Amino acid sequence: MNTAKFTVSAIAMIAASATAAAARDNVQTAGSSTVLPYATIVAEAFGENFDFPTPVVESGGSGAGRKKLCEGVGENTIDVANSSSRIKQSDIDLCASNGVTEIMEVRIGYDGIVFASDIDGADFAFTPADWFNALAKDIVVDGEVKANDNATWADVNADLPAQELLAFIPGTKHGTREVFDEKVILAGCEESGAMEVFAEQNGGDEDKAEDMCTALRTDGVSVDIDGDYTETLARIDANKNAIGVFGLSFYENNMDKLKVATMSGVTPSTESIASGEYPVSRPLYFYVKNAHLDVIPGLQEYIEFFVSDDIAGPNGPLADYGLVSDPELAATQEMVANRTPMGPLE
Amino acid sequence: MTDATANHAPEARTRSSLLEQDERTRRRNASEKRFRTYGAVAICLAIAALVMLLTSVLGNGTSAFFQTYAKIEVTLDPEVLDPKGNRDPAEMSKVTTIGYGNLMKKAFPASLQAAGVSTEGIDDKEVGAMLSKEAPAQLRNRVLANPDMLGETIQFWALANGRIDGYLKGRVSMASAERDGNVSPEQLQLADRMRASDMLEKRFNWDFITFPDASELRPEAAGLGVAIVGSAYMMLIVLFLALPIGVAASIYLEEFAPQNRLTDLIEVNISNLAAVPSIVFGILGLAVFINYAGLPASAPIVGGLVLTLMTLPTIIISTRAALKAVPPSIRDAALGVGASKMQSVFHHVLPLALPGILTGTILGLAQALGETAPLLLIGMVAFVRDYPSWPVDGFFEPASALPVQVYNFTTRGDPAFVERASGAIIVLLIFLLCMNLLAIYLRRKFERRW
Repeated sequence: MNTAKFTVSAIAMIAASATAAAARDNVQTAGSSTVLPYATIVAEAFGENFDFPTPVVESGGSGAGRKKLCEGVGENTIDVANSSSRIKQSDIDLCASNGVTEIMEVRIGYDGIVFASDIDGADFAFTPADWFNALAKDIVVDGEVKANDNATWADVNADLPAQELLAFIPGTKHGTREVFDEKVILAGCEESGAMEVFAEQNGGDEDKAEDMCTALRTDGVSVDIDGDYTETLARIDANKNAIGVFGLSFYENNMDKLKVATMSGVTPSTESIASGEYPVSRPLYFYVKNAHLDVIPGLQEYIEFFVSDDIAGPNGPLADYGLVSDPELAATQEMVANRTPMGPLE
Repeated sequence: MTDATANHAPEARTRSSLLEQDERTRRRNASEKRFRTYGAVAICLAIAALVMLLTSVLGNGTSAFFQTYAKIEVTLDPEVLDPKGNRDPAEMSKVTTIGYGNLMKKAFPASLQAAGVSTEGIDDKEVGAMLSKEAPAQLRNRVLANPDMLGETIQFWALANGRIDGYLKGRVSMASAERDGNVSPEQLQLADRMRASDMLEKRFNWDFITFPDASELRPEAAGLGVAIVGSAYMMLIVLFLALPIGVAASIYLEEFAPQNRLTDLIEVNISNLAAVPSIVFGILGLAVFINYAGLPASAPIVGGLVLTLMTLPTIIISTRAALKAVPPSIRDAALGVGASKMQSVFHHVLPLALPGILTGTILGLAQALGETAPLLLIGMVAFVRDYPSWPVDGFFEPASALPVQVYNFTTRGDPAFVERASGAIIVLLIFLLCMNLLAIYLRRKFERRW
């Protein structure tokens, strides 16, 4: 009898509360784990300085965040997607098919990607070509394409230490991997002249040549890390010979354990990335669903606060954490104030 | 001939006397001894694994329950904090934590010098950086709550920066500070001097239990408050839904339902559901509760419903086993004195099955408490800083959960989060231990023997 009463009242409770589900009054964001620390810093400061509730920040990856953004319009969908790579046409199409027509693209700054090894290990000075010759599946030696069998960094480049080749690189679900492929492996492929040979071999087909460039070794030299940078750090701790790929901010928080390598002679730092000298960097974005701007209280204030000089400027807390602030921040602020949606992708 | 065979048989029998073991008995005894050794080794391995887990968690995590505070004297300058001078909290809230932070950064070196701690060889900016970024927020809340404090000079203990805290806990050393861009050896030397004159001290950290999560810039202020509340709300929902539904379902299946193909099918499906990976329930939750029913994401109600679905098979299976264990003679006796079927179940069978049902329920709840995977898809693996309000409204507001908080802490870059992750595991283990003790207590209390 009691059981029956319990069940009935429990079901009644759900039914009653489901209809009473009040309008959402907090901003919800999701997406890139690279942008996550910045987004949490902003959310925290926003919550303590404004009368609005603290925004909820989910991680899950850039692609997943954009997909969630494009699920539709309504309070049970997120307002902002954080992304460490630019939105894709497929995302925009998905958005459009679900009624999300106006999206605002906000660039918050730049993030550097650094190559670091154990603090007590050897010093490294890399060029993109070194990375291509170390990790690519096929390399070009004396104009001939051959399978990559380099075993030490000294085999790759006589100036590098004779340390066993082992690299921990971000897995393909990470936005960081795209940048790694494009700015390190592809750049190295072109720099070393392998690109031309590949193109020639494929009858001038550049897409195929690019695919050949970015195909990496599968013999255990290049290890994909699908977890976070903390996992990469733990793997380097266990295997002192390895080189890992990190975000600049993560490295700056763990400088006592990691030694950073130079790339094309430039040491990564917020300054060298801002000046464009350090080659491996990428912009970070967040995407806002304009239809939610007047519906979710605090959303407009949150995004304006995010790009304000106090936060995203060169002396703000985001820069303290390792974000390279955007020289065109003023234009972004104006765009956010005017709620200008993004145009079609070039 | 016949004599010889007759004599031979008893001879063979005397050889297998109790005093002298034959080959076969020795072999049997040896194999028993071997089996006992295997068992003992298995137990030892299990204990070793447990000890390893506990020492690593306790070794890393106990320090999370202590935190470093620095004494600071601040003059609350009305010109800075209330530029309009009307003591209106709404106007005063325009001064952000950045303004309060600057005030504290100026006040801190001054209060050190006033206390006779030399700050030579280190600039004021670095001295100010030894305080947590959370401290200005706390000061601001205090001032806004009580505007009359303006103009006064107040003295209080502010949270110290995570790196300074790490130095007192032995995580940061002079050698690591040399290489670390976030802290300098000079700052650590100053910390030593402050300690000598009681300006810096390590205390028990209640804030770890009560504070919400914090961003990567202030690991020293990160706590488990919202996660504990979120987990508690979800457990409430699971208890109030899964227990009645599960018990009703098993009573019906065990006592009333006819034995036919349909009930067999249901039985097989329940056993199957118990083994379904929990992430599947998360996918279901996203599709049904959020996308279809329109419940809010990141809210304990959705988490609770998903975990209810996950826990139901466990509860049903254990409840059915408990009901089956009640001897049929009890039912027969009740029916024999004229009780209806329902009376026999509710007055006699159910009370006797109660210990088993409660144990199963609590174990199911404990399993649900430690679950992260299904919460990932419904948006509970998130950074949530605001406490949800009291139930029932609070069920619909964003919250986090304990295992989620452990996961979140482990993905952070600042090394100070490592101790916090282990600290969160300790809190989670304490909760699980309490639940299991409760299960044992209830079983002992209600257990009947016949």
